[in-house]
Amino acid sequence: MARALINVPAKAKRGEIIEIKALISHPMETGYRTGPDGALVPRDIINRFICTYNGVEIFSADLFPAIAANPFFSFTTTATESGRIAFRWIDDRGQAHLETAEIAVE
Amino acid sequence: MRRALTGVVLAAGFGGALGLCISLALAQSPPSEHKSGFEFISPESQATQQDDFSNPGMLWVAEGEALWSAQAGASGRSCAGCHGDAAVSMKGVAARYPVYFAESGQPIDLQSRINVCRKVNQKAAPFPLESRELLALSAFIGKQSRGMPITTGEDKRLEPFRARGQELYEQRQGQLNFSCANCHDDNWGKRLASSVIPQSHPTGYPLYRLEWQSMGSLQRRLRNCMVGVRAEPYPYGSQEYVELELFLMTRAKGMPLETPAVRP
Repeated sequence: MARALINVPAKAKRGEIIEIKALISHPMETGYRTGPDGALVPRDIINRFICTYNGVEIFSADLFPAIAANPFFSFTTTATESGRIAFRWIDDRGQAHLETAEIAVE
Repeated sequence: MRRALTGVVLAAGFGGALGLCISLALAQSPPSEHKSGFEFISPESQATQQDDFSNPGMLWVAEGEALWSAQAGASGRSCAGCHGDAAVSMKGVAARYPVYFAESGQPIDLQSRINVCRKVNQKAAPFPLESRELLALSAFIGKQSRGMPITTGEDKRLEPFRARGQELYEQRQGQLNFSCANCHDDNWGKRLASSVIPQSHPTGYPLYRLEWQSMGSLQRRLRNCMVGVRAEPYPYGSQEYVELELFLMTRAKGMPLETPAVRP
């Protein structure tokens, strides 16, 4: 559905607080705007964002129509173990976009 | 052609409120005082531009990178098929546009040049102006020159077009009867409603404008200002925009390219 940019540090020390950034392209169409023909453009927003760390949810958010296009998330977590951080965005059409990043914890 | 060097000028907000103020109108700033629009935006927006993982313009750059190596048209060739690695072949290219295009005997901007390549070499349909694809490729090519000084206008054949661009820049127009110079040369640094008026150096196009929630070209931005002074914007792709861009880029000579920039 989209193109995403994610930033997870490739390496971290155990117990270190790391910053994670996730940016995705999406029109976040509110459902309140009219098109050139005067009819309402159907709502199409990302309504859910979930981030998991080795399968355990560490961050999630519900999104609403007032959130701008191309939503950007930045949050922190504690580096506990090496593994995979996965990102999932779900929009009104039921489409999901997945991204993953590996992190090595020493 | 700074008409009023000192004196009384009419300042008008785009909201329509007219106020009379005494202005020590500034002449066009010398290159040493050139300030990018970057210097007038909030620290938060500056931070967004400078971090490639939070700059939304990078989404377009990433898309442009994919288009660069995608085959297109009857030729079955990709941009990379001829030009190879963009980091090498496109380095510095955006910093010298618009250039003189011998085939048409006129200056050409980067977006139109991409479309010429598509049509002639790839035998593909040109991308519509302001389309996502064209902005993406322009942003990707522009990013290869990020940080490099602007060198536009070195070709002597461009001079009459640059001069025409300057004329357009200094020509009053619209119901509010303002020229570009009235704000961007004479009153930069002051406020128009809540926004600071920049010096109008096109150093980061195509750029991500928060107001648009999207990437946009310099032409789109120029249309904004024309609508602001209640003038009728030129159609997309018209020669006037190329001449204005040529003048503005020549005026910004030596400033570093910022593509993809972020602006409010």
